[in-house]
Amino acid sequence: MPMIEIHKISKWYGSFQALKECSTKVNKGEVVVVCGPSGSGKSTLIKTVNALEPIQQGEILVDGYSVHDSRTNLPKLRSRIGMVFQNFELFPHLSITRNLAIAQMKVLGRNKDEAVERGLKLLDRVGLSAHKDKYPGQLSGGQQQRVAIARALAMDPIAMLFDEPTSALDPEMINEVLDVMVELAQEGMTMMVVTHEMGFARRVADRVIFMDAGEIVEDDSKEQFFSQPKSERAREFLSKILLH
Amino acid sequence: MKYNWNWGIFWELSPDATGTYLATLFQGLRWTIATGLSAWLMALVLGSLIGTLRTVRNPTVVRLGDAYVELFRNMPILVQMFLWFFVVPELLPTGLGTWVKQLPNSSFWTAVFALGFFTSARVAEQVKAGIRAQPRGQTMAATALGMTTAQTYRHVLLPMAFRLILPPLTSEFMNVMKNSAVALTIGLMELTARARAMQEFSFQVFEAFTAATLLYLALNLAIVLFMRRLERFVAVPGFTAARDAVAAAH
Ligand SMILES: Nc1ncnc2c1ncn2[C@@H]1O[C@H](COP(=O)(O)OP(=O)(O)OP(=O)(O)O)[C@@H](O)[C@H]1O
Ligand SMILES: [Mg+2]
Repeated sequence: MPMIEIHKISKWYGSFQALKECSTKVNKGEVVVVCGPSGSGKSTLIKTVNALEPIQQGEILVDGYSVHDSRTNLPKLRSRIGMVFQNFELFPHLSITRNLAIAQMKVLGRNKDEAVERGLKLLDRVGLSAHKDKYPGQLSGGQQQRVAIARALAMDPIAMLFDEPTSALDPEMINEVLDVMVELAQEGMTMMVVTHEMGFARRVADRVIFMDAGEIVEDDSKEQFFSQPKSERAREFLSKILLH
Repeated sequence: MKYNWNWGIFWELSPDATGTYLATLFQGLRWTIATGLSAWLMALVLGSLIGTLRTVRNPTVVRLGDAYVELFRNMPILVQMFLWFFVVPELLPTGLGTWVKQLPNSSFWTAVFALGFFTSARVAEQVKAGIRAQPRGQTMAATALGMTTAQTYRHVLLPMAFRLILPPLTSEFMNVMKNSAVALTIGLMELTARARAMQEFSFQVFEAFTAATLLYLALNLAIVLFMRRLERFVAVPGFTAARDAVAAAH
């Protein structure tokens, strides 16, 4: 059953076309990695899934609901899709506990005790219970990103979107975040992950999407993508990225 | 020039028989504080609202907000005060205009309005800068969590924006107190007006204005100390980045 269905979407920034008739599907429990050169439209694509970016053509269905339909209750739909950003985007003026609880309270209407309990449970899961009373500025990048993942999970999402979750991190912190993501994937979370961490893709991805110039150039099973990508552009990209 | 210093003048009775000259100065100080504080509250509320509106997506709303700021910020405060006091009541329907002119303390209310609008435009400018100083990702993260635009402003953008702009707000707070002296032109007996009255009656101009200066200084010192405490009280542990961003934007 497809959890996310992207059907021939196109998007323009002014006269510049950032997405060109992109189509793909993410089934329930599937992990899809999105890669491609800088500016190819990866972030734009992933942000259309929870309508952080509007589209001009096509349709996206999440759990059967049309995301860009004006009748859709967007805040409600968004609250069910977790999103993790390159720069963590924790709320700096709120303690870690409040960061975890605020959207549960304001969006889902949970009471404070309930929200804090759920938040702390997930904080424990990412191994950061000891830091619950600190503020984001007092944590390392890797720790902040794990909190950001816990914050998204506290909303009990049906799918998770990641936009280069490790590319703002120092190398020694990348793995602590990837480990959390691998665990999530193995538990059956539906995930769409923009990343250049090919090790992660090899370990847990079901499919890999390769984008270039606003197009989905490849949409392959992991095995196919790494052993024999169809397009020249993907081959070139892979050889470059694997060298680094 | 021969000048007769007389520091004892403060304990002499003022001719309007409301008390000693010192007492009249303190009465003036009370009006200054009442005017400044009321105008400041009005400026904070209006300025936050207008400043916020200037950052929303709707271009019409933004343009209206911009026009408001240009209007109230660029007209000299003296002109605004005269407009509110002499012109606006004439433009109202006759009955209402007369009622306004006969209001008790009408110069006080006029001063509060004029200063409130003037200062709100300046506050709006700061609030806008404070909101803009935050990374776009903050709005995206809040939106992605399902927050509405109003919730995003209320729980994410504004709390940080106000922290960032506390230093410029401190100067605006001091300015509104100082600017309240302009209200003497419409007959409000605030501190500067009292000092002038004292000089006219007693001819002790230096004593009168030395006292007024010291009282203004004390008032501003109180504001600075209060705002410093507030800054320390709301300081975010471990946070430095966005503050630097605002500093760089200035
Ligand atoms: N707000 C915007 N306004 C105009 N053009 C934009 C905007 N956001 C992105 N673009 C353009 O759209 C294209 C795709 O951008 P996008 O951020 O999706 O790329 P990306 O694949 O995520 O790149 P990166 O790896 O650098 O993050 C780029 O050419 C970019 O310049
Ligand atoms: Mg990107």
